[in-house]
Amino acid sequence: MNGDPSQFEEPILQLRREIEALTAEEGSEQGAEIQRLREKLTRVTDEVYSNLTPWQKTLVARHPARPYTLDFIGAVFEEWTEIHGDRKFGDDPAIVAGFARLKGKACAVIGHQKGRNTKEKVYRNFGQPRPEGFRKALRVMKLAEKFALPVFTFIDTQGAYPGLGAEERGQAEAIAVNLREMAGLEVPIIVTVIGEGGSGGALALGVGDRVFMLEHAVYSVISPEGCAAILWKNPAAAQDAAAAMKITAKDLKKLGVIDEIVSEPSGGAHSDPEAAAAILVPYLERALKELQKTKGNLLPEERYKKFRKIGYFEKG
Amino acid sequence: MSWFRKEKKPKEPVEQRPVTIPEGLWIKCEDCKEIVYRKEVEQNLNVCTRCGYHFRLTAAERFEILFDDSHFKEFAGNIRSGDPLEFRDTKRYRDRLKVYQQRVGQGDAVRCAEGSLEAMPVVICAMEYAFMGGSMGSVVGEKITLAAERSVEKKEPLIVVSCSGGARMQEGILSLMQMAKISASLHRLAAAGLPYISVLTDPTTGGVTASYAMLGDLNIAEPKALIGFAGPRVIEQTIRQTLPEGFQRSEFLVEHGMVDIITPRAEMKPTIGRFLRMFNAH
Ligand SMILES: [Zn+2]
Repeated sequence: MNGDPSQFEEPILQLRREIEALTAEEGSEQGAEIQRLREKLTRVTDEVYSNLTPWQKTLVARHPARPYTLDFIGAVFEEWTEIHGDRKFGDDPAIVAGFARLKGKACAVIGHQKGRNTKEKVYRNFGQPRPEGFRKALRVMKLAEKFALPVFTFIDTQGAYPGLGAEERGQAEAIAVNLREMAGLEVPIIVTVIGEGGSGGALALGVGDRVFMLEHAVYSVISPEGCAAILWKNPAAAQDAAAAMKITAKDLKKLGVIDEIVSEPSGGAHSDPEAAAAILVPYLERALKELQKTKGNLLPEERYKKFRKIGYFEKG
Repeated sequence: MSWFRKEKKPKEPVEQRPVTIPEGLWIKCEDCKEIVYRKEVEQNLNVCTRCGYHFRLTAAERFEILFDDSHFKEFAGNIRSGDPLEFRDTKRYRDRLKVYQQRVGQGDAVRCAEGSLEAMPVVICAMEYAFMGGSMGSVVGEKITLAAERSVEKKEPLIVVSCSGGARMQEGILSLMQMAKISASLHRLAAAGLPYISVLTDPTTGGVTASYAMLGDLNIAEPKALIGFAGPRVIEQTIRQTLPEGFQRSEFLVEHGMVDIITPRAEMKPTIGRFLRMFNAH
């Protein structure tokens, strides 16, 4: 098992290096060669990225350069103002929450937040929320409801933090309450899975009227490594587990769990975060426009129907 | 991160222990390790006569204890797990299901029934741990949702007795989504002003705890039950230290404000009955 995305990205990185080297050289006759390599780069990138295995998608979803929630917020919303704390115990930097505007319209924005460098990663607890994070998220959702503002959430976590303090302070209760209360929220909730959608910690921000998912994001009940350790009794079987659990956007669309797949720029969101955000904006705007046609107090009924039908079983 | 504690995962059906207590005249208590007379334990609601350890019950045994005269009417019994992902690990999910259906029964990991509890009409769901560790897949999601809807429709309280290792990985994301589906149905139950009693028994972990098991108007636990979100093993691996004695047991959850009351099995029915009468539920 190789946990490094550079394994399948190598042909792309190689071409990029070649282009860079040539560009650095002086001389006019290189122009045609650079052009040829650029075209080849586009071709190879598309080829690699349109044939990613579920495990490779997991690695793309976890890519160290992938845009995180705050990157999307910065590119999509105006007047973003973060607020902190659950008014009960503390603030959890693994979830960011606050208010902003989307094309001028005020809204609440909430998302899991990972860190980029070591210091940030530790500060963000690797994007793994504690109960305070979920409670802060719900507090902001309730405020949004009070002021009739729509809610946008961004999902990107490997899961809720499995720690001692988190258990003591009711990790399970915090997630459960979010699920129930989101089901009843009388304002639109628009969810986007931008990276890793890891189990209950992801779903605690995921009960929405519209659920979008980026092309190379993954969403699953347990991490491929966790599933492999339990069912295969071998963490190295993560690739098999990733394939067996059907965790890609395409799979989830087919299973009726998400509404739409949001395509990513060639080479994945991390190759052009600004472009990734620009592609997402019209989805969010359109969803909001559609949902604002429904009176707020009728939204929970529609949301209920949406989740009510998810599942597969046989009768008789 | 895993929903299941590795050491408690459901064993292969072929080598699986019978549902609650091993065969034979005598049995060994899992807690005090004493050899106790099987019949005595059975007559004691499957509670150890020496130390009070609560042996695991089947859904049918729960119904017998909670419903008046052990009389109840089961519903939604015709819903079976499919294999939406055509899942295969070391074995096909489809094949595993067949074995469990033959050994444990057709109810999957939860059974739902209607009847009376101290003369009050109630809906009760009881999880079946012997069926794949009581894991929650689409069937559990659908049945508990149907039960909550029936409660709303008939204006009857809902009682769910949890006993589960969490979500059923073999149904992938669909099992995760059952947490949302059931929780949404509980929102409607709450909006209708009906009581929801969550009974937590050993073990209640993972996605079951992080949805309906923690959402009771009252969360009532049996003594010493393991109740938590992450399994103890996963936590130990994460924090790299040994967990304190009694961590994630019922008593720990009461201490930390997550469970309302610990009720021994013999007291469970009268306790629920008392609350329901005070809540004037019917
Ligand atoms: Zn004992």
